[in-house]
Amino acid sequence: MTKGFRIAFRCTIIVIAAIAAVLIASVILWLIGADVSDTFFTIVIEPLSRMLHISEVLIRAIPLCIIALGISVAYRSGIINIGAEGQMAMGLLAFTGVALAFPDVPRPLLLPLALIASMIGGGIWGFIPGILKAKLNVSELLSTVMLNYIAAQFYSLCLRTIYLDPAEQVYGTGTPQSMKLTENVWLGRLTGRLHYGIIIALVLAVLIYLLMWKTTMGFKMRASGSGARAARYGGISVGFWLAASMAISGAFAGLAGGVELAGVHRRAIEGITNNYGFSGVVVALFGGLHPFGIIPASFLFGLLIYGSTLAPSKVGVPANIVQVMQGIIIIVIVTAQMVLSNTYFQDRVWRKYQALRKKEG
Amino acid sequence: MPCSDSFSIMDKIRSLRMEHITKRFPGVLASDDISIDVGEGEVLALVGENGAGKTTLMNILMGLYQPDEGRILINGEPVRFRGPEDAFRAGLGMVHQTYMLVPNMTVTENIALGLGRNLPKRPGHLDLKAVRKRIEEISQRYGLAVNPDAYIWQLSVGEQQKVELVKTLCLGAKFLILDEPTSALTPQEVDELIALLHRMTDELSIIFISHKLQEVKALSNKVTILRHGKVVFSGNTDDYSSQEIAARMTGHEIVLPKNKGTGQKGDVVLSLSDVTVMSDRKIPALNSLTLDVRAGEIVGLAGVSGNGQRELAEVINGLRKVESGSIRFFGNEIANKTPREIIDSGMGYIPEERNTEGIVPPFSIKENFVLKDISSPSFSSWVLVDGKKIDSTAEKLVKRFDVRCPGIDTASGSLSGGNIQKVILAREIERKPKFLVAVYPTRGLDMGAVEFIHSELLKLRESGIGILLISEELDEILDLSDRIAVIYKGSVQRVLDRSEATPDRLGILMAGVQE
Repeated sequence: MTKGFRIAFRCTIIVIAAIAAVLIASVILWLIGADVSDTFFTIVIEPLSRMLHISEVLIRAIPLCIIALGISVAYRSGIINIGAEGQMAMGLLAFTGVALAFPDVPRPLLLPLALIASMIGGGIWGFIPGILKAKLNVSELLSTVMLNYIAAQFYSLCLRTIYLDPAEQVYGTGTPQSMKLTENVWLGRLTGRLHYGIIIALVLAVLIYLLMWKTTMGFKMRASGSGARAARYGGISVGFWLAASMAISGAFAGLAGGVELAGVHRRAIEGITNNYGFSGVVVALFGGLHPFGIIPASFLFGLLIYGSTLAPSKVGVPANIVQVMQGIIIIVIVTAQMVLSNTYFQDRVWRKYQALRKKEG
Repeated sequence: MPCSDSFSIMDKIRSLRMEHITKRFPGVLASDDISIDVGEGEVLALVGENGAGKTTLMNILMGLYQPDEGRILINGEPVRFRGPEDAFRAGLGMVHQTYMLVPNMTVTENIALGLGRNLPKRPGHLDLKAVRKRIEEISQRYGLAVNPDAYIWQLSVGEQQKVELVKTLCLGAKFLILDEPTSALTPQEVDELIALLHRMTDELSIIFISHKLQEVKALSNKVTILRHGKVVFSGNTDDYSSQEIAARMTGHEIVLPKNKGTGQKGDVVLSLSDVTVMSDRKIPALNSLTLDVRAGEIVGLAGVSGNGQRELAEVINGLRKVESGSIRFFGNEIANKTPREIIDSGMGYIPEERNTEGIVPPFSIKENFVLKDISSPSFSSWVLVDGKKIDSTAEKLVKRFDVRCPGIDTASGSLSGGNIQKVILAREIERKPKFLVAVYPTRGLDMGAVEFIHSELLKLRESGIGILLISEELDEILDLSDRIAVIYKGSVQRVLDRSEATPDRLGILMAGVQE
């Protein structure tokens, strides 16, 4: 098989997949009576047309990327973390707590401190299902989802009680939120609302790559995830690494919360987690559970999420239809990936192609 | 009853031919212009090393794969099987190497599952009684005793195989394909199976895949040898000796090495006394087991599988809890130590399940080489993995142990059984162990690989290392051991010197008879 054929094969599959996705989505848009080309323009092209839009896409990509990195660590260690939503909420709480408690500590000290607190908050929330699985074989699907509910309610409770903005009691707008956090925990901004969190996300991606593929810890975590039995027979404490990977995973989700607070909202309000914890699972899988795949994947999903916020106002297509389209795109891309990884199919096409050439020649 | 109807409607298979079958997989020519021919009541043995293309050829015959070229003829008529269903309908039945049975269902339920569309049924109604009747008919007709109400998990491997046979016959098979039918059976069960298949040839033709030459000699009329997807030899079994067939199979004469009993035996290095251990089902698997192994000797542990062999190997390696008793290793107590501590104290281990316990399948060959030693200074400094050292060690080991692979970055799980075993052996030997526990080290391997592994084990023995060899193959135990311990129901029945042991005597002890 020539290299040229391989590249042509891949490109053809990708083009076919893209066409298929557009066609299916068009049918749905046509059925609800929307303007097909305008809608596509609004959710795919428009977000990339201006720097302001691009920075909004990137803002959404940052938490997705950080969370997905953490999820990839857990996943590769053999545990599926769908509790990032709750871990992120715990990170938000810890970050806010530090910021409210020490408003006068100078920024070079307070910002790192608050970010570390957010990692600890999320890390503990991730460690719980990890240790439960390691010691008692509790399904992580059950424990992480349940902990999500607890975290969400606890977060709401804190916003309404100890974290509640004192001004709120005077003016009473009815929004449960904390006071604006001290400037000493703010992350600087590059342009528009785009903050330095993007640098943090990129650095973390490199760190995760080094951790998983260049250190003995990463080796042991990957061994535990790829063959728990063999790893145990090889003297690796699978349970320990399971719990550790979940703590790391949780810490990343918590940090995503901290960065989001420090860079974008700068006060704790409801809805900051924005389903990033769940989208992060898709981003992680989509990026092939590899940091250098997760970076582009989080950008793509940032684009989709932002596009869906534009669609209702610009072309009158409801946001949930955009979510339907996202689902279609995900299924089509996953299918294309399966086809691309099927070497048997590729081989068959190669032989057909050769047979055709023989006939012609 | 449709399943008996279909049985009577179909013609007998008087001849089956596969002509010029060619099948390509990415990068491999799995079948290269193969032709075979089986007549009525004949038994064809399909012989070859691991990866020679035997299973692929049979999967083509069953319609699981489509051949790229060539055709299949039954009674002179060309046929085309688009899937196993078509092959069943034509009267072919295959028993795969790994059994396809649901453990927590009964024999009857499993067979009903296998019957699928041939199940006698009214819409929405599952007539297990009819299935049961059919099972009893088949059992009687072929002398295949199975208990229709037993759960699969209660059955031994040999009994499970009988269930598979009954299932295939219930489908109306008049032509049997058996993929390595004896690979997981005890010696007694093998004899039983061969006698059974002999009786069946009155009514059936059989193709069976094997690389054990005694069985080929005992059972087959014709033998076809495959190597690298090609037929290298075809002839009547009786015209050739086992040695001749073996030589044609590997391309060179094979004489398995034997323990000559030379060398000095050292002190007792592994000593188990009164060890009691529970199985996964919380019943005692080892009952006050006592056993000593010296440096520089191989102790063979013979026994019918399921008598505590697995638990014994696991408990020595810290993978199972010791309820009572002590295990001393070079004078130190290792009972209930962690696997890590035991590995670090110099224990080597070739586990029973090479695919799930011996290697991490998605890991590359080089990663599996360092599975136990990633944190040792040879392969990492501080926490950083030293890729260069790992690569150079892996290159060296692949060469020295002749692991056939595209490269050291190949996923280990994609290798053949023999090559996986070489990877495990290479890792364990490279670690310079002070002792080795080897569990079924050659199960399912071809002669070439067996020869290699046996000679490596003997080399280790020569260098003064004690080995506990757990095996079901009496030949293997008799060839390699200095002393032979027989395990029965979790205790050592008797320890014999190699000179006192004969296959018959061991067989009696393995069956639990006290001398």
